[in-house]
Amino acid sequence: MNIVENILARNSGRSSVYPDDVVFANVDKVMMHDVSGPGVIKVFDKLEKQGISVDKLWDPSKVWVAEDHFVPSAEKISAENIVKLSNFTKNYGIEKHFKYGMGQYGICHTLSHEEAMVMPGDVYVGGDSHTNTTGALGAFACGLGHTDIAYVLLNGKIWFKVPETYYFELHGGLAAHVMAKDLILKIIGDIGTDGGAYKTMQFGGSGIDEMSVEGRLTLCNMTTEAGAKNGIVEPDQKVIEYLSQRGATDLNPIKGDDDAQYAKTFEYEGSEIEPMVAKPFSPGNTTVVREAPSVELDKSYIGSCTGAKYEDLKAVASILKGRKVKIRTEILPAAISIYRRALEDGLLKIFLDAGVTVGPPTCGACCGAHMGVLAKDEICISTTNRNFPGRMGHVESQTYLSSPLVAAASAVTGKITDPRDL
Amino acid sequence: MTLRPFKKITSIVTPLEKVNVDTDQIIPKQFLKLVQRSGFGRFLFFDWRYDKQENKRPDFVLNDLRYENSEILAVGDNFGCGSSREHAVWALLDYGFSVIIAPSFADIFFSNCFKNGVLPIILEQATVERLQQEAGMVEVDLECQTITSPSEVIHFEIGTYRKKILLEGLDEIAQTLLYERDISEFEKKSMIPSVL
Repeated sequence: MNIVENILARNSGRSSVYPDDVVFANVDKVMMHDVSGPGVIKVFDKLEKQGISVDKLWDPSKVWVAEDHFVPSAEKISAENIVKLSNFTKNYGIEKHFKYGMGQYGICHTLSHEEAMVMPGDVYVGGDSHTNTTGALGAFACGLGHTDIAYVLLNGKIWFKVPETYYFELHGGLAAHVMAKDLILKIIGDIGTDGGAYKTMQFGGSGIDEMSVEGRLTLCNMTTEAGAKNGIVEPDQKVIEYLSQRGATDLNPIKGDDDAQYAKTFEYEGSEIEPMVAKPFSPGNTTVVREAPSVELDKSYIGSCTGAKYEDLKAVASILKGRKVKIRTEILPAAISIYRRALEDGLLKIFLDAGVTVGPPTCGACCGAHMGVLAKDEICISTTNRNFPGRMGHVESQTYLSSPLVAAASAVTGKITDPRDL
Repeated sequence: MTLRPFKKITSIVTPLEKVNVDTDQIIPKQFLKLVQRSGFGRFLFFDWRYDKQENKRPDFVLNDLRYENSEILAVGDNFGCGSSREHAVWALLDYGFSVIIAPSFADIFFSNCFKNGVLPIILEQATVERLQQEAGMVEVDLECQTITSPSEVIHFEIGTYRKKILLEGLDEIAQTLLYERDISEFEKKSMIPSVL
């Protein structure tokens, strides 16, 4: 069995599972945020009216909560949702609630690894489609709707159809100035935005061995944009060290067997991957940066669970050091812990010297909610994960998705720029 | 229990000839802050239905009076991709759509449909396109798993359990929670001895 089959077999108490088997699996961790949380509360209210007890959760210690989409609150409905969420976690005894304005908080998918909330081998579900991100730690991680999250909160289990696995093998490392984001954009462009529908997208090979944990997180994050059930990388020593540095102990990773089967294998040469962008209005509408249209950009946005981890910011700083931005540029570190490191390591000074505005962690403009949304006809280059019409603001705005290096180089020139050409 | 049992539906088919319709288009993000399940219908496909002054766009199919009371939406591949927001299904249902026909659906959206009494039907692309072109009255009979148009009878597939919950208007989550003990017993009995 491959890694996903091994995880699902263990968590459903079976000796083996095969693709398309339906299993009822124990869940190790569940996450909700300030959009899915209030949705779950609604489902609880409805169940209560039907006489079903929602007095206590299956295991509050396995539940954690993030405030990320609509914080800091821009208006009263968002503010009220945060109050609702706080009351919920208090009533049910959920201790791991990362509140903005109270130390560490940030984007849920970033906290999942920064705070070592999820372990290799876990079945981890979250009320958000980019829950896939955390598969980079060797977990089976996927997003669910509000009703399913409510069910897991009460019951600790959920059924899955064991997905077939597509294996993406990267031969050799990526070239200088090429990032994991470029690779995943290339893959989505190749297989299409439904090319991974209900599949596991597993990444491996010597190029992935060389890649940092944060790079792998970027890959798994955007498996969602290919429609995948989940993304995963087999955990290695890098993952163990990454989690140990963040306080995790007793790691018990699961891997695939030697005779692991994959429905399909896709091979990529690391040295052949180039900086990429996804043009409006689909993450699958990709081209290499050097062939991108010559548009006048209005803004560069460096943020989100996809593109504002520590290494992403470090890459941006390598470009912005000693340079000035030519267009409006915003950097929103994805969690307070990343913000702090950026401060301590001098990155924030580089950003401010370059003319950038540094904002607090939030999903904010990535999902077009607040804090820097786009006006009509504005064109933005962004390290985020979606560029559907209106995703980042006005329905007639445009977003190009890119790596942090490309977004930084483009901030300096005002045009979509390959960092190698700067 | 609380959902409306799924009856035969006779309705005109609303053709929305777009592929990869994502949840940002189905229900834009500014409405996600709302959590009541009703009332989302007026925000369905908001940016396609209304212009900047919130006047109806005459060229958008939902604003075509012929489809005003339609309960069946026929769409292109990969419908419901993007975020996991269940609000997308709430909006479709509240607007009046209880059947969505497409060549393929995004996974989380597909699953969310059954939690809310919406029937997603997967058909061959050519069949969906024919239904879109005809855009006529059809009868969707879940019991018989057929769609009957003036020109043909189309069979569709659906899992037995999902068919039952829709037909009986069962609330999937309530059902499963009520039978939790039985499910656990069954799981224990039917389980292959674990190696771990």
